[in-house]
Amino acid sequence: MNALISQLINLFASVILILAFAMLSQRRIVNLIHLYTWQGLAVVGSTVVVAYVTHQHHLFYSAALTFLLKVILIPYFLHRLINRLNVRWDIETLFNIPTLMIIGIILVVFAFNVALPIAKFSDTVAHGTLGIALACILLSFLMMITRAKAVPQVIGFLAMENALFLAATSATYGMPMVVELGIALDVLVGILILGVFMFQIREQFDSLDIRHLEKLKED
Amino acid sequence: MLNWLSIDVVLLVITIWLGIGVAGVIALRQFGFVARVLFPLGGMCCLALAWAALQMIGSTPETAVLPLGLPQLPFHLRLDSLAAFFLLVIGAVGAGISIFAAGYFRKGAGTPPGLLCLEYHVFLASMVLVILADDAYAFMVAWETMALSSFFLVTANHKLPEVQEAGFLYLLIAHVGAIGILLCFGVLQANSGDYTFANMRIQSLSPFWASTAFILALFGFGAKAGMLPLHVWLPEAHPAAPSPVSALMSGIMLKTAIYGLLRISFDLLHVNVWWWGGLLLALGLATALFGVVFATVQTDMKRLLAYSSIENIGLLLAGIGLALIFHAYNMSALTALALTAVLYHVVSHAFFKSLLFLGTGAVLHATGERNLGRLGGLIRYMPWVAWLMLIGVFASSGLPPFSGFVSEWLLLQSFLFTPGLPDSFLNMFIPIVAAVIALVAALAGYAMVKFFGVIFLGQPREEKLKEAHDAGLWEKIGMLWLAAWCIALGLFPNFLIRLIDSVTVSLVGAGLGRHTTESSWLFLAPSSIERASFAPLLFLLGVTIGCLVAFALVRILYHGRLRRTPPWDCGHPWQTARMQDTAEGFGQPIRQIFEPFFRMKRHLPTPMDRNPSYKVEVGDHFWHWLYLPIARLIEFLAGLVGRLQQGRISIYLLYSFLTLLFMLFLVQR
Amino acid sequence: MSISGFLSQLLAIVMALFLAPLLMGWVNQWRCWLQNRSGPGVLQPYRMLHKLFHKESVVAEHASSLFRMAPYIVFGCMVLACAIIPTLSTDLPLSPAADAIALVGLFAVARVFISLAAMDIGTAFGTLGARREMLIGFLAEPALLSVLFTASLISNSTALTSIVEYLAHKEFAIYPSLAFAGIAFTMVSFAENARVPVDNPATHLELTMIHEALILEYSGRHLALIEWASALKLFAYSCMGLALFFPWGIAEAEAPLALIFAIPALVFKLAIGGFLLALIETLSAKMRIFRVPEFLASAFLLAVIGMLVHFLLGA
Repeated sequence: MNALISQLINLFASVILILAFAMLSQRRIVNLIHLYTWQGLAVVGSTVVVAYVTHQHHLFYSAALTFLLKVILIPYFLHRLINRLNVRWDIETLFNIPTLMIIGIILVVFAFNVALPIAKFSDTVAHGTLGIALACILLSFLMMITRAKAVPQVIGFLAMENALFLAATSATYGMPMVVELGIALDVLVGILILGVFMFQIREQFDSLDIRHLEKLKED
Repeated sequence: MLNWLSIDVVLLVITIWLGIGVAGVIALRQFGFVARVLFPLGGMCCLALAWAALQMIGSTPETAVLPLGLPQLPFHLRLDSLAAFFLLVIGAVGAGISIFAAGYFRKGAGTPPGLLCLEYHVFLASMVLVILADDAYAFMVAWETMALSSFFLVTANHKLPEVQEAGFLYLLIAHVGAIGILLCFGVLQANSGDYTFANMRIQSLSPFWASTAFILALFGFGAKAGMLPLHVWLPEAHPAAPSPVSALMSGIMLKTAIYGLLRISFDLLHVNVWWWGGLLLALGLATALFGVVFATVQTDMKRLLAYSSIENIGLLLAGIGLALIFHAYNMSALTALALTAVLYHVVSHAFFKSLLFLGTGAVLHATGERNLGRLGGLIRYMPWVAWLMLIGVFASSGLPPFSGFVSEWLLLQSFLFTPGLPDSFLNMFIPIVAAVIALVAALAGYAMVKFFGVIFLGQPREEKLKEAHDAGLWEKIGMLWLAAWCIALGLFPNFLIRLIDSVTVSLVGAGLGRHTTESSWLFLAPSSIERASFAPLLFLLGVTIGCLVAFALVRILYHGRLRRTPPWDCGHPWQTARMQDTAEGFGQPIRQIFEPFFRMKRHLPTPMDRNPSYKVEVGDHFWHWLYLPIARLIEFLAGLVGRLQQGRISIYLLYSFLTLLFMLFLVQR
Repeated sequence: MSISGFLSQLLAIVMALFLAPLLMGWVNQWRCWLQNRSGPGVLQPYRMLHKLFHKESVVAEHASSLFRMAPYIVFGCMVLACAIIPTLSTDLPLSPAADAIALVGLFAVARVFISLAAMDIGTAFGTLGARREMLIGFLAEPALLSVLFTASLISNSTALTSIVEYLAHKEFAIYPSLAFAGIAFTMVSFAENARVPVDNPATHLELTMIHEALILEYSGRHLALIEWASALKLFAYSCMGLALFFPWGIAEAEAPLALIFAIPALVFKLAIGGFLLALIETLSAKMRIFRVPEFLASAFLLAVIGMLVHFLLGA
């Protein structure tokens, strides 16, 4: 039974990876938020399973915290944000998705190989998922690099935080509670600030295209 | 035969071929004699060669020393299993091509038939010698003869400027490659001064020099095979040559390069480093993908086939690369599996590509058109050629149960057996490579459907096509021979695999033999039936029975009534042949998806144009980014050297004088 | 070949032949219900086949024999495909004839034949259909192969029966790599069976059709065979998906009684699968033709990631 449950952790990690790829190739902003919500749910799921297997009770709390924050609060904020900004049905032109995915695969191979030797030293139940977590971090990074609009970039940033959280749980059964609370607060405040920021950007440039920020450079 | 060794038979065949060539020169313009007597005779010799080689596979190597050439430097010849295997390919494929050639060459412009006959048979003889050679000297002489004789064959229609250019490019790259091979032999003999292969086998090289030798060999043989960035001559030279010659070049000559690579990396070199395999795998994949993507957008039928040859060479190189990786980790059973796939593909590609090139020859004769955009509907006027070509097309797209599928299947199997390599990076990359190979194979199907569909199906795009006539008797026999082998190799793979076994056993000391004899002749199973199996005959039977039962039941339970009317086409009232997809149109999706591969120049009409026209030119990035800069550099350097030429006698004398002084100074030191 | 093996093989073929149109009818019925229409009943495909077989075949005047052969060959290929996929039992004497790779080859043979037949008449729509079909095929084929590779890496075999036996009868385990493969497989099946996000089976709007453009010139018994073959193809794909990802209930060799339970299990699984298919079709909109390569490339890459995940996690 225990073996099956640890396989469940791997399954959740894979779902997070699939969602990272889906976000990489998603054009519609509202769908991105949905994907982010699902990813948060998968992170919660994997944390709960790890907590159950290892009897680390603080992980239950952090799972609950994650659920509250990443599945309810942040998506709610984001939905409000895109409604207020009126970009709900915006579509972003992406450059060649298959190329993006191929770069993604190379990143995955790289991440897996980097993680293999590290994972060997770790004796946690979820050590296998370290590679996946690393791959998700890199993919979210790639997503942030390739997006030109502000909201998808913020979502990329949030997805990266998800992946970091997964890495922390898989490698060391999560960070101390204080640190986690701090991060949660940071993310929440970050979202609020970024939301305000986006309104400012739009007021200034009449668009959320962050390429306009290039104009701020002094010549 | 009175105790004749196989190698004697082979030498006899070479002599007869040379004799036929001389006879051709004597009967220079007697067309009937050359075509109807000499070429079939050459074809019979091919069969004898194949028979001798067949006897030879698996027995102890035979050697011979010919007192030819320079004093102290005789030709060493050696016939072992690997050589015999390639001789078998030359013989079996060459026979079909020679018979076809008997009916193909016509009176007309260009080289007189007798001279063509000489060049053709010298070409065959030199390929056999390349494979027999057992010292660097004989090898290089044969290699250069092969290059020269094929150059003259390519330029048979030397009045056309594009043929001249193609011939020049071919000769240039062939010689650059030959330098690489020569240097490679220089490294291999390890300063011992003895250039026989026997000596090279016993030398042990340091990893650095071994790698140098391997890279040089890869460069030299890659140039001949059409490996990526050295492929540019291939799509120019193959279409320029007469069709039987294209068939020989594509079907057989490219394989001599594969032979050379196998000979050097598995026989002469003992050191083995895994990155050789990795490099070859990467280059092979790039070549295959590049070749197939370009094949899908071609509009000239022979160019399309030439690019498809590049693709197949890429697959072969990738297979050799995989074998080298396994070899480096001492996994001999897997090495044997990958090598078996490679050798099987060598044979099947030789047959189906020759068949396809011969078919284009027949089409060319019947219509005078090479441009796909002006063909169409030929299945109604040339049924023989069309149906035989269909077999080649199926084999070439790697569809079961034809020969191309067996090699593809073996190749994919050898990729799937990989887990267990000690390197995790390799373990992860190799299944991805298998996926890419699947992509290449599927794209090859696209290219071949385009090739066959545009030439033979639909409505004729030109009025004159309705007068097209089917191939002559000789041509039909030649094509039938090749097509029959495409089917036989697809249906009975185990017979060939048993032959290949002796080759792999002699190269790496392992083979699939045990498994192929254990499982019955019906099933192809590299390790066990539970692991993987393929029974082409059962497969064919299954489909056929399905068809026949369906046919019989429909006729019995219902009826077989049929009415012929004009086509429906969604009710469009009138249609012309110009409404069908052109060759460009059929390739357009690929052009769009793989846009970065091409260097495209488009000319789009504007709405205001009186005579709107659309034009697209598809070019090769390598030509632009690699070859043109090199050409410019050489031109620049040549300009510098040209400054030495002043035109005054006294200055030239000064040069000689200075040279003399310099030499004396050197001698004095 | 044992008697029970022969029987289960025969049963598999016969059941495929007669259940396939029913599955088609079931999917179409659910599509109608989900779209608030009243459907023609699940038996409609049988009626249609019967009608078409009765009609005389109208063939273009310059059609070659390739055109008339193609429906039979396509039908034969699909029958063989249904025979080697373990639908009811893994005790199939025909299955060593073709493993997973050869199965993909079999689908490719059918595809090439139908495309060539479409080009044979030389109408604008025929060639358009052939080109699009080959476009979809060249991306779907490697994706399908990669899915099968993932499964064969797990079970160390490319023989379909061995894969299914391994997945169904070994100790239960979760394979994350199969999650990737499953999504990829679903995407490929939609493309290969001309279902909605890629192609609309109900359209005759000239510029959007793919599969319908291919078979535009067929009528009478030829059309009936092709329709039946595409029903068989849908059946084969569904069974392959069920066998790979939900392999429970498939009878093993040497257990003839299990066959009796295998039939209701299969029908139940197919009923759910058919409903899900109709649901997804109803919920999604048809893509532009040049979004299709993106869609299939994603499927291809997902399958490849599945293989990678297999290497990372060893499962």
